[in-house]
Amino acid sequence: MEPVKQIVSKTVVIPNDDIDTDQIIPARFLTTTTKEGLGRNLFADWRYEKDGRDRKDFALNRPENRGASVLVGGNNFGCGSSREHAPWALLDFGIRAVVSTEIADIFRSNSLKNGLVPVIVDATTHRWLLEHPGADVRIDVPSATIEVNGKAVAFPIDRFSRYCLVNGIDQLGYLLEQNAAISRYEQAHA
Amino acid sequence: MAQSLFEKIWASHVVTPETDDTPAVLYIDLHLLHEVTTPQAFDLLRAKGLPVRRTDRCLATLDHSTPTVPVTTLKDLEVVSEPSAAKQVRQMEKNCKDFGIELRGFGSRDRGIVHVMGPELGATQPGATIVCGDSHTSTHGAFGALAFGIGTTEVGHVLATQCLLQRKPKTLAINVEGALPADVTAKDLILAIIGKIGVGGGTGHVIEYRGSAIRALSMEQRMTICNMSIEAGARAGMVAPDDTTYQYMAGRPLAPQGAKWDAAVAKWRQLPSDAGARFDKEVTLDASKLKPMVTFGTNPGMVIPIDGVVPQDDDPAFRKALAYMRVEAGKPLLGTPVDVVFIGSCTNGRLSDIRAAAKILRGRRVADRVRLLVVPGSAAVKREAEAEGLDEVVRAAGGEWREPGCSMCIGMNGDTVPSGKLSVSTSNRNFEGRQGAGARTVLASPVTAAAAAVKGAIADPREFAG
Ligand code: SF4
Repeated sequence: MEPVKQIVSKTVVIPNDDIDTDQIIPARFLTTTTKEGLGRNLFADWRYEKDGRDRKDFALNRPENRGASVLVGGNNFGCGSSREHAPWALLDFGIRAVVSTEIADIFRSNSLKNGLVPVIVDATTHRWLLEHPGADVRIDVPSATIEVNGKAVAFPIDRFSRYCLVNGIDQLGYLLEQNAAISRYEQAHA
Repeated sequence: MAQSLFEKIWASHVVTPETDDTPAVLYIDLHLLHEVTTPQAFDLLRAKGLPVRRTDRCLATLDHSTPTVPVTTLKDLEVVSEPSAAKQVRQMEKNCKDFGIELRGFGSRDRGIVHVMGPELGATQPGATIVCGDSHTSTHGAFGALAFGIGTTEVGHVLATQCLLQRKPKTLAINVEGALPADVTAKDLILAIIGKIGVGGGTGHVIEYRGSAIRALSMEQRMTICNMSIEAGARAGMVAPDDTTYQYMAGRPLAPQGAKWDAAVAKWRQLPSDAGARFDKEVTLDASKLKPMVTFGTNPGMVIPIDGVVPQDDDPAFRKALAYMRVEAGKPLLGTPVDVVFIGSCTNGRLSDIRAAAKILRGRRVADRVRLLVVPGSAAVKREAEAEGLDEVVRAAGGEWREPGCSMCIGMNGDTVPSGKLSVSTSNRNFEGRQGAGARTVLASPVTAAAAAVKGAIADPREFAG
C-alpha cells in the first residue's frame, strides 16, 4: 500500500443517504478474480444509461467533477455487502477519500486496508459540503483533519489505522509478527 | 464483573490485547470461504509465498455465482454460466487444491449457501469466533457464536495467520418480549427491528437478541433474525445458546461427539450473559403487537406492516426511493401486482421456510402473471424438502424448484428479476438493482411471498390461515 498523507482536491457530491455497496459496484461485476478495472463499473447503474451511454446528469460524469478525488456522500455511506470490490472500484476510478456523517463498519475497515480514507464529519460540516459541490478540501491524515471552508475539522480514526495509512504499512506484516503469540494461543486452546 | 455473551467470547479469543495504539489480535475458530470474495486473498498468499495456517479451520463451498439449474460438473457450468463466473469457480477449485483446503463443491452432498451449510454440518458452534468474506456471516450468531463478515484483505489475514486485528465493538441488547402472533414470522420480527432502529442503528455494535420471544424461536428462526443484523448496520448479532441450540446440533457431523459433546455442552452453558451484564445500548420490542411486514423502499429499514400505508417524507432520497419502487406515499402496498416471487437465500432458504411456503401453495396455483422460484439453501435442504414432497407441491402450483445457491438474492448467477419488474423476495436486501438492474424488490417472509405468488399481488398471508 502507498502511504497516504495529504489529499488536496475538489469534492464530488453524491447526496443520497444510505449509499450501499450494491450501488457502488453491482453484484454482476463481482465475478472477477482480480482487483483491476473495477472503476469502469463504479456506480454502474447510476452512471450509465441502459444502452451504455453516460448519464449526463450523474455527478461522476459531469465535466467539472473530472479529477475530483474526494467523494462526499449522504448520511450512512457504504452499508450492505462486505465486498471489498467497493473500495477497489472507488480507488480504481480515482477516489481517495469518502466523506459522510456515518460510514458502515465493514466498508470502513476495507477502505482503510486499501488506502481509501474514510472521513466522518459532523452534521453541520456535512451539510455545508453537500451544499457546496466542487468545494476545495484538504485532508491531512497525520493530524486526522479535513479542511473545509477554511476550517480544519477533526475526524475519528484509530491510531493504528492512521499509522498504517501514513506509512503505507500493510497490516498483514504486523499480524505475521505475532506468530509466537498465535502459536502460544493455539497450544493453550488445543 | 458480570459479563455479556459477547464479552465472554471476545475475552477468550484475544491473542494480544488491544492498546491505545494497536487493535487486539483476535483468534478465529472457523473461516468460511466462497468463490466471490476469496480469489484476491489467495493471490496475496501466493505473492508473499505464505501457506494457509490452519486448513482444518476452513470450510469452503460454491454458492454465489453458481447457477441454480442442474450442474454437476465443471463442463456443465461452462455451458450455463457467464465465462467470468465459470472462471471464478474454476479459480476456487484451484485455490482450494493448491492450498490444501477441502472444497464442498459441485457433486458434494454438503454444498449450499455458506450460512446454511455451516450450521447444518455442525461446524457452527456456540462460543466460537466465525468469519467469512460475506456480511451475512452474522447468521451464525444464532448459535451464540461471535460471527461477522470481513473483506477480502482480511480473508487473506485469516488464511495466513488465523487471526484478525480488531477493535472491540460496542454492544446493543434488543429485548423482545411476548409471543409472536400466528403467521407473523421471525422475518417479520427482524424487519420490524430494522424499521425501528434504522439501517445504521447497529453500526459499531454487536447485537444480542434477548427476551421471551427470542427464547421461543427455533434455530432456523434465530438464524433468520441474526442473518439480518447487518441490515441494521451491526456486523454481528447473537442469541445465547440453550437447549434449543443443543438439540439442533446434537449428532451433526462436525459437532463434537460422545464424551466430547457432553464436555462441550457443559462449557457452552457458561456462555449466556450474566445477570446484570451491561450493554452500551438497549432497545425493547413487544412481539405480540407485530404484523407481517413488507418493505416499500430501497433499503430494509423502509418497512411497513402488510396492512399499512407507505409513509410520507419530503426527504429527496426518500422520494427517489419511492419513485424507483413506483409506490405512492399514503397508499397501501396490499394489492400491488407482483411479477416475480423468490423464496430462498441464507435468510429464508431453510427447510422450515420452504415448508411454511408450501403450506400456502399446496392445492393452489401460482397466478398467471407470476414467476415463482423456490431455491433451497443447500443440497441437504433440497434432499429433505424432496423427501417430504415439497418440490412436488411447488411444481404442482406452477413454481420452479431449483438447485441450491444464492440465486435471485444477488442476481450474479443467471437468476435475475427483469428491469422494472416487482419481486416479492424472502432475501435480505431490497437495494436498487440487487436482484438485477432496475429490479424492484419487496422483502417479506416465506408465507407472505407464497401468498403473493398465489394472489398475483401483495397479499396478507393471514388470509390463508388454517
Ligand atoms: S443468499 Fe444472498 S445474502 Fe446470503 S450469502 Fe448468498 S448472496 Fe449473500
